[in-house]
Amino acid sequence: MQSLGLDVLFKGKNFVRLLGGLWVAVRISLISVAISIALGLIMGMLMAGKNRVLKAMFRVYLEIVRIMPQMVLLFVVYFGTTRVFGWNLSPEASAIIVFSFWGVAEMGDLVRGALVSIPRIQYESAEALGLTTAQVYLYVILPQTFRRLVPLSINLITRMIKTTSLVMMIGIVEVLKVAQQIIEANRRTSPNAAFGVFATVFLLYFLICWPISRLAGYLEKRWA
Amino acid sequence: MDFEAMREYLPLFKDALALTVRIGWQGVLLAFLIGIACAIIQHMRLPVLRTVAAVYIELFRNTPLLVQLFFLYFALPKIGLRISAELCGVLGLGLLGGAYMAETIRSGLESIAPIQSESAQSLGMTGMQAFRYVILPQAVSRSVPGLIANVIFLLKETSVFSTVSLMDLMFTAKDLIGMYAKTMECLTLLVVFYLIMLLPVSVLGSLVERRLRHAEFGP
Amino acid sequence: MENALLEIKDLKKAYGEHVVLDDLSLAVNKGEVVVVIGPSGCGKSTLLRCINALEDIQGGQVLLDGQPVLRQAKNISRTRQKIGMVFQSYDLFPHKTILDNILLAPMKVQKRPRAQAEAEALELLDRVGLADRKDDYPRQLSGGQKQRIAIVRALIMHPEILLLDEITAALDPEMVHEVLQVVLDLAKNGSTMLIVTHEMTFARAIADRVLFLEGGRIVEESADPKAFFARPATERARQFLRTFEY
Repeated sequence: MQSLGLDVLFKGKNFVRLLGGLWVAVRISLISVAISIALGLIMGMLMAGKNRVLKAMFRVYLEIVRIMPQMVLLFVVYFGTTRVFGWNLSPEASAIIVFSFWGVAEMGDLVRGALVSIPRIQYESAEALGLTTAQVYLYVILPQTFRRLVPLSINLITRMIKTTSLVMMIGIVEVLKVAQQIIEANRRTSPNAAFGVFATVFLLYFLICWPISRLAGYLEKRWA
Repeated sequence: MDFEAMREYLPLFKDALALTVRIGWQGVLLAFLIGIACAIIQHMRLPVLRTVAAVYIELFRNTPLLVQLFFLYFALPKIGLRISAELCGVLGLGLLGGAYMAETIRSGLESIAPIQSESAQSLGMTGMQAFRYVILPQAVSRSVPGLIANVIFLLKETSVFSTVSLMDLMFTAKDLIGMYAKTMECLTLLVVFYLIMLLPVSVLGSLVERRLRHAEFGP
Repeated sequence: MENALLEIKDLKKAYGEHVVLDDLSLAVNKGEVVVVIGPSGCGKSTLLRCINALEDIQGGQVLLDGQPVLRQAKNISRTRQKIGMVFQSYDLFPHKTILDNILLAPMKVQKRPRAQAEAEALELLDRVGLADRKDDYPRQLSGGQKQRIAIVRALIMHPEILLLDEITAALDPEMVHEVLQVVLDLAKNGSTMLIVTHEMTFARAIADRVLFLEGGRIVEESADPKAFFARPATERARQFLRTFEY
């Protein structure tokens, strides 16, 4: 049996390039998660409120996000909106828009769920002490939801990192694309490179996501 | 919008939908089988198998389906395992989904208080009987919302099949955009067809969920 | 006591260093009602769980009809059929109706025909005054009603002895009575029972024999409950009983 292509990995800057591709994927997901958490908190607070029109709109928004594959959304934003509105969106910007669109909905729903799980009496007794609505949330309600939300937000990070593998489809050169390029470039000298390189990408993803989801699981258990 | 072109593309999308649904459901079925097997192995704490199941679950929950598919489709042939694109889709979906299903079922089983099993055993039931008549039915109805979410998640994930040249919805849209540049028409059809595939599942899912809640606790 | 129905010899139960039952011995005769009282953490609930082999034990023996009750034994299911147990938290099966809760064990374990078991279930339900609730789900019942169902669920197996583990501890005061009334009826009909309870008035009324348990040992035992509750012999029991006065 010929070499399984592990040698290709260490030729020139190949491994560094692969890690660079991974960083592209991780960067996109970290930016998207930051946006998702910030906007998701606001979204969730609005949804826990009483405005029926807002609630109905959010239901529709959430349902769209739950049903539409992220890949479809990526295509719609990158190919569709650029054509309709005539603007110029870089692939990265499109990816961040799509991931945030998805993350805000998920985060908003998590925040909403955490907020409504806090007993009514907590709001009432805080208000009875004369706190303003903002103070009620800031000092009484949000701290109580914190322990529940942190593990779930961490989980969202791993889900985003995993989903970033799709962005190669709109032309972003992330780890999978780099892997393909490496395999392509070495087709003649090591025809079996696909095995070693894809196995490495598989492991790289695992090595990033596994510790993060372990952390989330640990916090969830500890703070349950 | 060029409706004439859309009408022309319609049969292609229909074929693609049929393929996506076929592979999707086979994959979901496989996922259920793998998930149930792993959950039972872990619940019964079978030695060795239990570790194998745990490693498998962690590996497949923490990597993207796209990477798993690339590995199955492009890497395995290099060590002599060549499988068709379609089988690759079913297998990939089944392996990914199995890991998620196993976790959902396992947490359903764990959510049933041990005293339920004890009170069943104190009535003279064997461990197996207590599991079958008391623990399992409760665990299943508690897992249903999670299982339905998994099914929707898996059917969505079929969108990556295009990368291993399966002519699914995504592939068809991409192909047509590339050939005729009717971007909006194709994207509209793409969205509509995904809605056709997933909206019924989502609606059916919430109905089943409500029914089960009803059955568990009475009216 | 040669022909005791239940015999416990030098039972030892410990969680690591923490000893819960310390070489405890006890015998219960057929038709006898034995009440175990004592401060929380004294091991009384653990005692019942050990008798039903729900816990591993570290020493000693539990004998029912002279046969050892062993957690790992093949026939443990058959032995448990002879021991009825009712828990503090009732633990009805939430996914089954009241009737199905009661019928599950007789049909699946004893393989009795449904019609026959159902007839008996309805009779028992009638006795505890809940015949009209047979098609309801546990969630629709009050705590006191659920606890009466749990007793019926144990009775239909025709146990030789009933273990009642603080069955009124989780109930609202006004529901305690309806449950204890059922137990008093059982005692009148000659059921053998081992009862752990915090209801002292009830204990005095029902007990043939009272055991005061503390630190995993029987500190005081009395075959005359009236006398025990009026004037306990040991200082520890006196102190314990005083905590029930205001």
